[in-house]
Amino acid sequence: MIKLKINGRERSFDGDPEMPLLWYLRDEIDLTGTKFGCGAGLCGACTVHKNGEAVRSCQTSMKDAAGKSITTIEGLSPNGQHPLQKAWMEANVPQCGYCQTGQIMQAAALLKKNHKPSDKEIDDAMSGNICRCGTYQRIRSAIHAAGKEMA
Amino acid sequence: MSDHIENGLVENGVVENISRRSLIGGVFSAGALVLAARILPEEAWADTNEYHGKAASSALRPSIYLGIEPDGTIYIVTHRSEMGTGIRTTLPLVAADELDADWSKVKIEQGIGDKAYGDQNTDGSKSIRGFFEAFRESGASARMMLVSAAAKQWNVPESECAAKFHEVVHTPSGKKLGYGALATAAGKLPVPKPADVKYKPKSEWRYIGKESKIADLADICTGKATFGMDIKRQGMLYASIERPPVMGGKVQSFDDKAARQVKGVSGIETIDGFKPPYTFQPLGGVAVIANSTWAAIQGRKKLKIEWNNGENAAHDSEQYRKELLTTARKPGKVVRNIGDVDAAFAKASKTVEAEYYAPLLAHATMEPPVAVAEFKGNKVECWVPTQNPQAVQDTVAGALGLKPEDVTCHVTLLGGGFGRKSKPDYVAEAAILSKKQGGKPVKVVWTREDDIKFDYYHSVAGMYHKAALDSNGKATAWLHRSVFPSISSMNDASSMYGFDVEYGMGLNDMPWDLPNHRAENGPAKAHVRIGWLRSVANIYHVFSGLSFADELAHAAGRDSLEYQLEMIGPGKIIDFKSQGVANYWNYGESYEKFPFDSKRLRHVLEVAGEKSGWGKRKSGNGWGLGIAAARSFTSYVASVVEVEVDKAGKIRIPRAWQVADVGMVINPERVRSQFEGAAVMAAGIGLTGEISVADGRVQQSNFNNYQVARMNQAPMQTDVHIIESTALPGGVGEPGVPPFVPAFANAIFAATGKRVRDLPFSKTKLV
Ligand code: FES
Ligand code: FES
Repeated sequence: MIKLKINGRERSFDGDPEMPLLWYLRDEIDLTGTKFGCGAGLCGACTVHKNGEAVRSCQTSMKDAAGKSITTIEGLSPNGQHPLQKAWMEANVPQCGYCQTGQIMQAAALLKKNHKPSDKEIDDAMSGNICRCGTYQRIRSAIHAAGKEMA
Repeated sequence: MSDHIENGLVENGVVENISRRSLIGGVFSAGALVLAARILPEEAWADTNEYHGKAASSALRPSIYLGIEPDGTIYIVTHRSEMGTGIRTTLPLVAADELDADWSKVKIEQGIGDKAYGDQNTDGSKSIRGFFEAFRESGASARMMLVSAAAKQWNVPESECAAKFHEVVHTPSGKKLGYGALATAAGKLPVPKPADVKYKPKSEWRYIGKESKIADLADICTGKATFGMDIKRQGMLYASIERPPVMGGKVQSFDDKAARQVKGVSGIETIDGFKPPYTFQPLGGVAVIANSTWAAIQGRKKLKIEWNNGENAAHDSEQYRKELLTTARKPGKVVRNIGDVDAAFAKASKTVEAEYYAPLLAHATMEPPVAVAEFKGNKVECWVPTQNPQAVQDTVAGALGLKPEDVTCHVTLLGGGFGRKSKPDYVAEAAILSKKQGGKPVKVVWTREDDIKFDYYHSVAGMYHKAALDSNGKATAWLHRSVFPSISSMNDASSMYGFDVEYGMGLNDMPWDLPNHRAENGPAKAHVRIGWLRSVANIYHVFSGLSFADELAHAAGRDSLEYQLEMIGPGKIIDFKSQGVANYWNYGESYEKFPFDSKRLRHVLEVAGEKSGWGKRKSGNGWGLGIAAARSFTSYVASVVEVEVDKAGKIRIPRAWQVADVGMVINPERVRSQFEGAAVMAAGIGLTGEISVADGRVQQSNFNNYQVARMNQAPMQTDVHIIESTALPGGVGEPGVPPFVPAFANAIFAATGKRVRDLPFSKTKLV
């Protein structure tokens, strides 16, 4: 039996310990804000926080998640008002929106460490997250804006 | 609901009163106003079911797209699919504006697949072009009916009443009634005849032309938005399908013992391959059914399948490339002819020729294809991220021997579309499996590998250009040959040539005002599924055509912008008929309404030159600007790309400019976002986009080997400049792609002196 905490809530799981956290979140406990994009750690759509660090949930097995505290987009902010979410809405970042929860989770981990990232630091932190609609320049400006608010 | 309310339906521009019950069996409450759209054939209304949402049963219902409830809530149906363009918000804004509605009281409903809504195929950048007028008319008609109802109630002339922000006001007395209070009475009035509909003056527009937030913004940012991938039904099973690795291949035999042992796997089913032509039929294969996506994928890995690969097993991209380019050296089918190109070449002081190549591309929507279907009582209900729910109905019905109206298609948000999701093979798979599983709902999830290996690929093309220059370097003749496996292979297995749609995208509509010009198309057979991808044949035609224009400028020792303007000439409405273009396609629009006006093309080029500081800094030493312009989807766009190429040959795009004349703009913010996004997609096409085939099998599998632009490869900044225009709205989603690719290639030439004639650029050593 694997025990873990998801968005502050204790959960237990007794299925295949090799199953990626992504599918547990999506198929088993209906937290579908975390997206499937590649299943191979190449796109970032599935990004969540594991003990505060951004990780790809498609590359994190349930075994690896055992005993950890996981935060998904649903748990990032109780009312959807994380500075990044506000900045995202202000800058009208999303197009189709599918990649955006992963982008926000990745950016949240960056800003936790660094409220004033440079363009280069943002590019380095965010280039693992693909947006096929091409919203990158707005993502970059929203991160700058949210960083200012958090500073 | 009440059955005495009469509302209008207009067929062929004529208003007809029909009872609401005969319209749609409804969801709007008694006493709501609902308007019937004017663009629909009458038989479209025969179908009734309970899935049409609140808009379908409102007290006031001036069209199928709009209903007003007695509580003042306005329901507006978007029948077009939301894949990132903002259309789900933009079309309702148009109706709400004419209605002078309070946007906070508008609820948007997503239309199911139903031909009653008119065309629902959300591609071709045509939602606004095709439905701006219908939505505007819906809103205006509702407004007039509300005013009329108020005037009757107050017993005053209509001319003394006006609609103002969700209320009708009697101007002399200041009396007011809300839209909700008037809805029931207004719903009993006839819908105004089209000729009598009065529109707001532009100066009173509340939403059109202003910045508006998309309706799904907060849901997207909090993870609450529902995409197709997020659908779950009670008792739903998950399926992952192993498909024939070669197009047209069949399962010869298979061993599923190991797959069945995987925990969670509950069934194995086969799906037949398509009967040629491939159309939207499933590719066939073996499906593993399980209680989670993961278990289905794990089970699938354990399948042992022997394939009969069929006739495409020897297909090889390297070999095919040679064939396309060899064919492009030979005369083809003439699709446009002005003057005498051959005579001009014979007496030219200089000729220039070049071969260009552009590979297959995959759509790679961020959300891979996915569908949930439930087969129940000889009917199918499905939940799908689809660009074309009516094609879903037809395709699923075709696969299961049902009638299209027995298929209900709910449309979710789409995690990207780009043309992939207007081809519903993946929905047929889900429906077939649900039926085989005794009607349990089945979700078919395509992995990224499935998506990249089994796409309807954007076509590969080999092109040949030759031009004649006179002693002053002026172009006097141009021959443009293009050879590509056609999208028409989808419906015709023997197809060898392109068709008007592909010709009209950059082959027979080059804007040059030259005395001699000939465009030709040579034969090629398809060995993979070919389909349309954002901006379609424009990608390879405009890439090669506008790169070659830059080559000519260079050969003539002239500035490229100046040279392109000279070749376009002073600007005019191009008369394609007199130039040997038998059926100029014009993106499905009438030429009278949307002519090719090369003055508008000149203008975007000139503005792009100004905005980008063209000609102010000397190119070379690893820095350069490139420029190109094209009309597509009835819009005119010029792109300028700035590149830096470092000593290692690594390309950066510090900045890009997109200047767009798309006619009238509804939501400028969403227009800008589309042009920013198009720049990113086009940058990826230029840099790394390539699908290749060996032994009939697609070589790429995921984002490691099919690379799309990431943040550190995309333009650092794209400035979008929208030309103010009162022309009819043109396309927005696609036209930002075509000119960007050659502008990018031209910038690389400016920076490095290397002419890149092959896409993607990563195949060429730049330094
Ligand atoms: S789905 Fe996990 S990185 Fe793409
Ligand atoms: S918004 Fe569509 S993939 Fe990023």
